[in-house]
Amino acid sequence: MSTPFYVSPQQAMADRAEYARKGIARGRSVVVLQYTDGVVFVAENPSRALHKVSEIYDRIAFAAVGKYNEFENLRIGGVRYADLRGYTYDRDDVTARGLANVYAQTLGGIFSSAAEKPYEVELIVAEVGAGPEDDQIYRLPHDGSIVDEHGSVAIGGNADQISNYLDQRHRDGMTLSEALKLAVESLTRDNNGGERTLTAEQLEVAVLDRTRPQQRKFKRLLGRQLSRLLEEGTPAAGAEPGTEPETAPEEGGEASDES
Amino acid sequence: MEANTRSTGRLPAAFLTPGSSSFMDFLSAHSPQLLPGNRALPPVQGAIEIPHGTTIVAASFPGGVVLAGDRRATMGNVIAQRDIEKVFPADEYSAVGIAGTAGLAVEMVKLFQLELEHFEKVEGVQLSLEGKANRLSTMIRGNLGMAMQGLAVVPLFAGWDVDRQKGRIFSYDVTGGRSEEHGFAATGSGSVFARGALKKLFREDLTEGQALTLVVQALYDAADDDSATGGPDLARRIYPIVTVITDEGFRKLTEAQCSEIVRAVHDRRLEEPDGPRAALL
Repeated sequence: MSTPFYVSPQQAMADRAEYARKGIARGRSVVVLQYTDGVVFVAENPSRALHKVSEIYDRIAFAAVGKYNEFENLRIGGVRYADLRGYTYDRDDVTARGLANVYAQTLGGIFSSAAEKPYEVELIVAEVGAGPEDDQIYRLPHDGSIVDEHGSVAIGGNADQISNYLDQRHRDGMTLSEALKLAVESLTRDNNGGERTLTAEQLEVAVLDRTRPQQRKFKRLLGRQLSRLLEEGTPAAGAEPGTEPETAPEEGGEASDES
Repeated sequence: MEANTRSTGRLPAAFLTPGSSSFMDFLSAHSPQLLPGNRALPPVQGAIEIPHGTTIVAASFPGGVVLAGDRRATMGNVIAQRDIEKVFPADEYSAVGIAGTAGLAVEMVKLFQLELEHFEKVEGVQLSLEGKANRLSTMIRGNLGMAMQGLAVVPLFAGWDVDRQKGRIFSYDVTGGRSEEHGFAATGSGSVFARGALKKLFREDLTEGQALTLVVQALYDAADDDSATGGPDLARRIYPIVTVITDEGFRKLTEAQCSEIVRAVHDRRLEEPDGPRAALL
């Protein structure tokens, strides 16, 4: 028979936070940036099957880092929440704010319940509005708080450093190609100031594009379309010799991948 | 009932339980009262007077399939609505047209659209065309109790099969029985007359433009002989809803495009009221 030791509540919560933060810091980062026509999500993710960025509803998308099974659960919960709400009321009544609140309550409940292990996840819920000033980006850390973000945000392993980098360079009214290149630049910087190169194959990129004629504004950028956007304007700026020059000749047959 | 009315504001456990990718399954487990067919009806004597949608026609052509419907809803001998829309996109590559009890049918289409969208979001891929047709079958079967009391919904489902690269048409009966139609199909009260017209005018090698004219002709013939089917209303500019699904996805014809086809058909009918004649032998 062992007697349980007394652990102060402060210490218990600090331990749980530490545990969650460590889990999150192990993963690769995801960055989310506003650009002139919407919001772009960029994740370093070599897998084509396990997504870090997904569609939730017409104007709402979801990005996550951390433990896959945990955020996948939350993602499906969010899709069910959004679809049920839209079915009960109207499609316009599904908002990122409502979803972020539900996620915050869920994460907060799990974090403070002694019976459950804290989720090792950090989420972003973003909604694209009619104009850039109506876009909403919410960051949800593991403990159930909500941070209302503007312009750019990073989550995951190197979040602080990447956020700083983005804050200094992100401006309103960037084109998709500019925002995408900035996002990739920020992801390629590693802890000790060195730089890696990231090719289109190692990236998972998606946009919420307010100019899309369809009701559902979410779109993944894949293959040639993505390489083309990463190439665009690079020779003129002369900034990024790291991006692959050999994808350039493919630009000819580009028309088909717009859907 | 809606998600965050629960006391804690958390996502209820059912939302976070891994399981089916079907929204209908989720709905029947979590909020069964929201399912369209899931209501006990009091016993009623005779037919209930409620709006009914009428004729839907479909025809395939080598590059896709067209689906069209008239605009009338009737309630007994009264025209309940003259500009109702009965053909809807189900998702990017399919469409559904509905005949029968209008209120239930519209609700059913809404749920069907959501079912396909939900699967696509959860799984990351679209259902196969057969899969979509089967889901619709299940939904109609769920409505069987209502159908037995006179509240039937009978849809026509058409889509582009991405795997087989061709347009396909599925028709249904009230029990959810599903059958694939080859070439053309019609459902609703005017379908007998529409099918006659389709049978005489359909050919395997129609172009998209010809297929569009064909379905408008068939609807014209249905309206000619069935009082519950509305013909094109040139005075009010109410034309049939005509949609096309090809490998580029679903497209609904604009009013201007519809008007052009309808006027061409109408002008010919001023000379030959019974429409184009088929060869005798």
